Amino acid sequence: MPHRTFMSFIWPSALAMLLFIALPIVSVAVQSLFVAHEQVFVEVENCGPFGCTTVQKIDSQATAALRAAQPLGQFNGLGTYLNRNHLASAEISEAWQTRTDLAGFMSKILNLPFYKALSFTLTYTFVVTPFVIILGFFVALAVNRLPSFIKGPTIFISLLPMIVTPLIGSLILFWMIDADGLIGGTLQLIFDDPDLSLKASPALTWVTLIVYGVWHSAPFSFIVFYAGLQTVPKDTLESAMIDGANRWEQVRYVVIPHLLPLVVFISLMQLMDNFRVFEPIVGFNAEASATSLSWIIYNDLRGSDGNILFGSAAATSLLTIIGVCILLTPVLIRTWRAHGARA
Amino acid sequence: MTIVASLKRPSFLSIAAMAFLVIWLAIAAVPFLWTLWGSFKVQADFFSKQDWQNALYGVFTLAETGGYFTGNGYEGAWIKEEFWRSSVNTMLMTLSVVAISLTLGTLGGYALSRSGYRYAFWVLIIALVFRAMPHITLVSGYLLPFFQLNLYGHLGTTIVVMVAINQPFTLWMLHSFFQNIPKDLDESAMVDGCTRFQAFRYVIIPVMWPGVITTGLFSFLLAYNDFALTGLLLSQENQTMVPKIASFLGSAQEEGNVMYAVSAVVSATAPLFILVMFFQRQIVSGLTAGAVKG
Repeated sequence: MPHRTFMSFIWPSALAMLLFIALPIVSVAVQSLFVAHEQVFVEVENCGPFGCTTVQKIDSQATAALRAAQPLGQFNGLGTYLNRNHLASAEISEAWQTRTDLAGFMSKILNLPFYKALSFTLTYTFVVTPFVIILGFFVALAVNRLPSFIKGPTIFISLLPMIVTPLIGSLILFWMIDADGLIGGTLQLIFDDPDLSLKASPALTWVTLIVYGVWHSAPFSFIVFYAGLQTVPKDTLESAMIDGANRWEQVRYVVIPHLLPLVVFISLMQLMDNFRVFEPIVGFNAEASATSLSWIIYNDLRGSDGNILFGSAAATSLLTIIGVCILLTPVLIRTWRAHGARA
Repeated sequence: MTIVASLKRPSFLSIAAMAFLVIWLAIAAVPFLWTLWGSFKVQADFFSKQDWQNALYGVFTLAETGGYFTGNGYEGAWIKEEFWRSSVNTMLMTLSVVAISLTLGTLGGYALSRSGYRYAFWVLIIALVFRAMPHITLVSGYLLPFFQLNLYGHLGTTIVVMVAINQPFTLWMLHSFFQNIPKDLDESAMVDGCTRFQAFRYVIIPVMWPGVITTGLFSFLLAYNDFALTGLLLSQENQTMVPKIASFLGSAQEEGNVMYAVSAVVSATAPLFILVMFFQRQIVSGLTAGAVKG
């Protein structure tokens, strides 16, 4: 296809991506170098019967005017990246110098907002992904054995946790684990502890979020494995059977090697998806015990305490994008090789 | 004889597999059934302090409203809290996003699948990187310009943003569908004197619908399920269903109107169920398209 024709077909799509993905990334990078102007103070003389005192007062009019004139704020360099809410270089070096043992040092670091979010995001990503693969694999094996007339409805039900809106799915589970809800109440009965609450302790909140993540994503790996199972070569299976392989050996030596490329595909997709974990934290109201990188961006932009922290959100966004690029390197290399093989 | 015997599956394994499957189906379906059933009860039953079975039988629902089922939650959400407005917004947004994304995506995906040059590959790689980025990382890039240009909060702005964010995925998906349509088809049309665009219009468009429908379903799901963008880019009166439900949580908990949120959640889930029911085959084929191609 000549260049001209190619351009005339692709320009609307390319323009959309340029304006609303590429340009915003630049804008995020620029914003992350600025902070909002500090409030303008004026000295006011207060004269009373006992003489005059000078006090500092916030000039809200001048502050508003300054902020309106320069909405980006003032240049801050890498200051936002290094402050306490992001990479916290000063706090870390201080914690390192005053450390008594490694555990104390680690717990100090994990109390800093960025590292707290990073630790949950990574834990979530790397715990949910393997569980999703294992659960999906076994569901696919089990569904594959069913007679065909109930396969359809079974697949329908199995798809539901994935199709449903993440925020809504997490709310539904959140209501069920409520101390007065179905699961929460039953757990209290089982452990005979009327004060047991999945929302109270950080560890239990992490477990709950991870269980939600597995519930939500397992259908994806199930569907991919199920499709893969349809293409397992029948001859190989039969010859394995004739050679005396039992059910497990057939799965171990024929089915699993056949599905291995799919495992790579699913884990790459899941790593990308789970790294952006956000909605369940809002749905489970879990921000006291678990935050993620996406959540702290949301929290900065929501402007819960009056003003939106553009610089802070932009710095976290850029750090997150760098994280995604690191996670994505294997995919890119793989696509590169695949294309090279085709060309 | 031995082969026949070994073909018969051991019964223990079948039973274990069946039990496992039943447990999985329960885990997948019960939360939805529970919430659907509970949405017709009062709060004292849905969050029952004494006995979870109250939610099944509706003890307090009978005492408070005189019937075993009540539509109070739905009435409160849809009429009092104006959830109908959000559902109209959601409908407008998802339909526009799907229509515009597919139009741009089919043109772009077709060009990418037919261009033999190296830059087409680079466009796809860049699209892959864009697709992997969490959408929320872009929001701070939008907000400041939108405030300045007075674009913040409108449904139209969010539609345009959503279309753009949807493009990388749409391009990849349609690109792989178009690659499965033989090149000879449009090339022979061009030999017969069609321009490239005519070949696309009269030869490719009539055969591309299966791929377009599948891609459209996923664009729909992305727009419908989004919270990161809609939660931050829409003003209060333009909210779609998902951010509206999130805003119920802040206010509803105190007023004791959690049931509004429960009913709204059920209302927002219903269209998704219907969608899966009718398009199950396309959704499955779309999910596996990337995997099968490797």
